[in-house]
Amino acid sequence: MTAEPTLERTPLADLHREAGARMVPFAGWEMPVQYRGVIDEHRAVRERAGLFDVSHMGEIRVRGPRAEAALQRLTPNDVAKLTPGRAHYSGLLTERGTYVDDLLVYRLASDDFLLVVNAANRSGDLAWVQDRIGGEVEVVDESDRWALLALQGPRAAEILAPLTDVDLGSLRYYGFARGAVDGLSGIVSRTGYTGEDGFELYLPSEAAAPVWRRLLETGADHGLEPAGLGARDTLRLEAGMALYGHEIDDTTTPWEAGLGWVVKLDSGDFVGREALARQKEKGPERKLVGFEVVGRGIARDGHGVLVGGEEAGRVTSGTWSPTLEKALGMAYLPVATSETGREIELEVRGRRLPGVVADLPFYRRPR
Amino acid sequence: MYPEEYLYSREHEWVKVDGEIAVVGITEFAQTELGEVVFVELPDVGQLFDANDEVGTIESVKAVAEFYTPVAGEIVEINEIIVESPEMLNDDPHQDGWLIRVRYSSESDLAELMDAAAYEKFIEGEE
Repeated sequence: MTAEPTLERTPLADLHREAGARMVPFAGWEMPVQYRGVIDEHRAVRERAGLFDVSHMGEIRVRGPRAEAALQRLTPNDVAKLTPGRAHYSGLLTERGTYVDDLLVYRLASDDFLLVVNAANRSGDLAWVQDRIGGEVEVVDESDRWALLALQGPRAAEILAPLTDVDLGSLRYYGFARGAVDGLSGIVSRTGYTGEDGFELYLPSEAAAPVWRRLLETGADHGLEPAGLGARDTLRLEAGMALYGHEIDDTTTPWEAGLGWVVKLDSGDFVGREALARQKEKGPERKLVGFEVVGRGIARDGHGVLVGGEEAGRVTSGTWSPTLEKALGMAYLPVATSETGREIELEVRGRRLPGVVADLPFYRRPR
Repeated sequence: MYPEEYLYSREHEWVKVDGEIAVVGITEFAQTELGEVVFVELPDVGQLFDANDEVGTIESVKAVAEFYTPVAGEIVEINEIIVESPEMLNDDPHQDGWLIRVRYSSESDLAELMDAAAYEKFIEGEE
């Protein structure tokens, strides 16, 4: 399977190939889906550590004296509460309160922010941001400048500590600091998409390959291994984290997706606020739930969910869980029939597999 | 890699002829493409199929693939062990990972298949 020649490549594409990765097209990029195997890589992250290349993510810089006020109006979370050195999870919403994208907002300085967005939505997000706040702040697409490595797993801190001048002990979850990694300057952020402790390293493109090599070299003793998008997906699914295009899109709101905690209705007016306030008052009609498949088989994205024999919703993501060793997934169901323990059926290629609604997340790391 | 005495289909099944029985499995190429297999669904013993009918599914973490019988006939045995231990399909697709035994009804189905050399050439084009 050769990738399309028009695909974008991260600075690490050659290293992935050398390491025997299987490369696949993803959101317009040629990305490693797996190296040794999804299950092995998944377990490495849960038990030790894994290193992901997620340089396909988009970075949009927003700068200027009015940046805080502009982002406060553009996003549902409370940007005023974000101090320099902190990031938070938020979204870009339509006037209907539905998702244009989900994103991380980093406050680099009082008037300087970095928005980290999904690769597939990068150009759409850029236009969205420019159209709405481009007149009052500087909006720059810095995606090509930044490579992004995610070092995730219980041993991530001990692997990274000897290579960085950032004091990892004082870096709390969703905190970040500018600093050097193996002598190359970037941003070290205590964030991730796996449900484990870990770091995301924002590096200038040319620093990506040396840092990647060095981490794998020094991390080998700790059981670090490269991990692909396949494991990233199974890890985030176990952790109950949403993926744009699956759990969230321009038809779903944060209330429905179980992401109401990003919506601060008292943080002033923002795009989508009115619709969200209305939906909150009425109560959403459907909600995102977890489910486990009881029978043999995997219910995947798009498969039907039946309650009492009637079509009631759709699977948004489904996989085999390497940690729980069973098939599980997420789906939208009417609120009235969404309680944990409810028996459902999953329509998988003409067969109906029994399943049960389960609590999210499926996996919480031991502390 | 690909046993000389086997025959191969374009859908990446292998066939080992053992008298009036054809043993069928999927190839090393197919298992690599699929990745870690977590579920295998096989037909019932006694079922009758035409050549190239879908007879089961093989599901990995990332994907699901249909599995076809390259020969028409009756299912006389299925590999129950692979249903319980699907990872064996990744470990040993050409031997212990066999899937079904078919009492084939026509030699002509076999004539449609490739030998090992032709199959190896075929998958070079797929990679």
